[in-house]
Amino acid sequence: MPHWLQLMLDSLAPLLWAGLVFTVPLTLLSFAFGLSLGFLTALARLYGPRPLVAVARFYVWIIRGTPLLVQLFVIFYGLPSVGILLDAFPAALIGFTLNVGAYSSEIVRAVIASIPKGQWEASYSIGMSWWQALRRTVLPQAARTAVPPLSNTFISLVKDTSLAAAVTVPELFQAAQRIVATTYEPLIIYIEAALIYLALSSVLSVLQDRLERRLARSSGLSPEGA
Amino acid sequence: MIRLADIEKSFDGQKVLKRVSLAVREGSVTALIGPSGSGKSTLLRCVNLLEIPEAGELVIGEAAVRFTGRALDREAVRRIRRQTGMMFQNFQLFPHRTALGNVMESLVVVLKWPEDKARARALELLEKVGLAHKVDAWPAQLSGGQQQRVAIARALASSPSVLLCDEPTSALDPELSLEVVEVLAQLAREGTTMLIATHDLRLAARVAQDAMLLDAGEVVESGPAAQLFACPRHERTARFIATLGHPVIAV
Repeated sequence: MPHWLQLMLDSLAPLLWAGLVFTVPLTLLSFAFGLSLGFLTALARLYGPRPLVAVARFYVWIIRGTPLLVQLFVIFYGLPSVGILLDAFPAALIGFTLNVGAYSSEIVRAVIASIPKGQWEASYSIGMSWWQALRRTVLPQAARTAVPPLSNTFISLVKDTSLAAAVTVPELFQAAQRIVATTYEPLIIYIEAALIYLALSSVLSVLQDRLERRLARSSGLSPEGA
Repeated sequence: MIRLADIEKSFDGQKVLKRVSLAVREGSVTALIGPSGSGKSTLLRCVNLLEIPEAGELVIGEAAVRFTGRALDREAVRRIRRQTGMMFQNFQLFPHRTALGNVMESLVVVLKWPEDKARARALELLEKVGLAHKVDAWPAQLSGGQQQRVAIARALASSPSVLLCDEPTSALDPELSLEVVEVLAQLAREGTTMLIATHDLRLAARVAQDAMLLDAGEVVESGPAAQLFACPRHERTARFIATLGHPVIAV
């Protein structure tokens, strides 16, 4: 067996383990929390009273305008000096959640705003309240349009979790760094780590495709839209 | 009985309804006609509070609202909407629900009927509008005339006391509009109270007993439809009816 293959096989288990225990949970949790935060932020910007709109805009402005790595450092290394001490994993989770929240709020806002006014009026005309119209009429239609851009956010997130290595989360990329430190084989090990990220995002692409097809079927439309 | 009294409405400071009053007897059909921008659609939308007038009064059966320029309380809006059904020029069916789902929606979501009771009622209505064979179709799979007939069934599902029709045939070619006119005429014969904003004289003459001509937010003339179409009292009415280009049909 060639040397590089042996090396890859030997390091596969620790890398996959780190991915399974840290990368995947970090991704799933921050996406779930981030999407909820994004949804609330979008509602605040679209329908909230003026002060709330200002808060939501400020939040999106800060998060989108500063580097994710810097945000993680502020949360993990910076906050302890004001008495807020977080473990690495929760610190990373907060950072990624805030990030996904800001980006996804723009997507949610756009897709909700894209639903024609007539759909709201039709809902009101049959007696629905604002909330019922949103939940029953607007969101199901908006969700269809939101799948591709939200999938983008999700796939970016999988890769961005590698930044958590810098705040001491022992996730996939940090595991790779540690193996490199003992084997001195950066090319092989980092390529292996890259391939695992590639596999994870490929799984998500396939899931996105299936979800799009399913949503398209439930409206009698072709998957390519209109 | 539906009564609108001294309704005033403006958009961006532009008055679109100027002290308009209108009464529709129970079981009768009134056609609102007039050129584009005359305010007929706005008046119709005031009846189910999609537009909130600045002044005037609206009475539908037991429910009454007086407009003062202040926001209405939610309960008042709910009481009025509960008694109205509406169809739109562009149908506005819910594209993510089947024909059956569209009709069931108000029963299940608003009236909280059990699923099977709502389904039975919706099937009955779809049969009535001649779409028993299309209950599982998506709106995208239906012709314009079929979509508008689903919209009629949806508007009638919760048994409103008045059906509001906003240009119900304007988006349809003459052949497709005929099937919608047929259904509306059938409903009129059965005593459905309707208020129809339309350019379509064929629809108005066929379905309405009463008619009102609006121009620039004011009532020009109102009276029995046959008389208003055949021998209008006002020169403005005659001119408008002549522009519709249809031979005037006596009813």
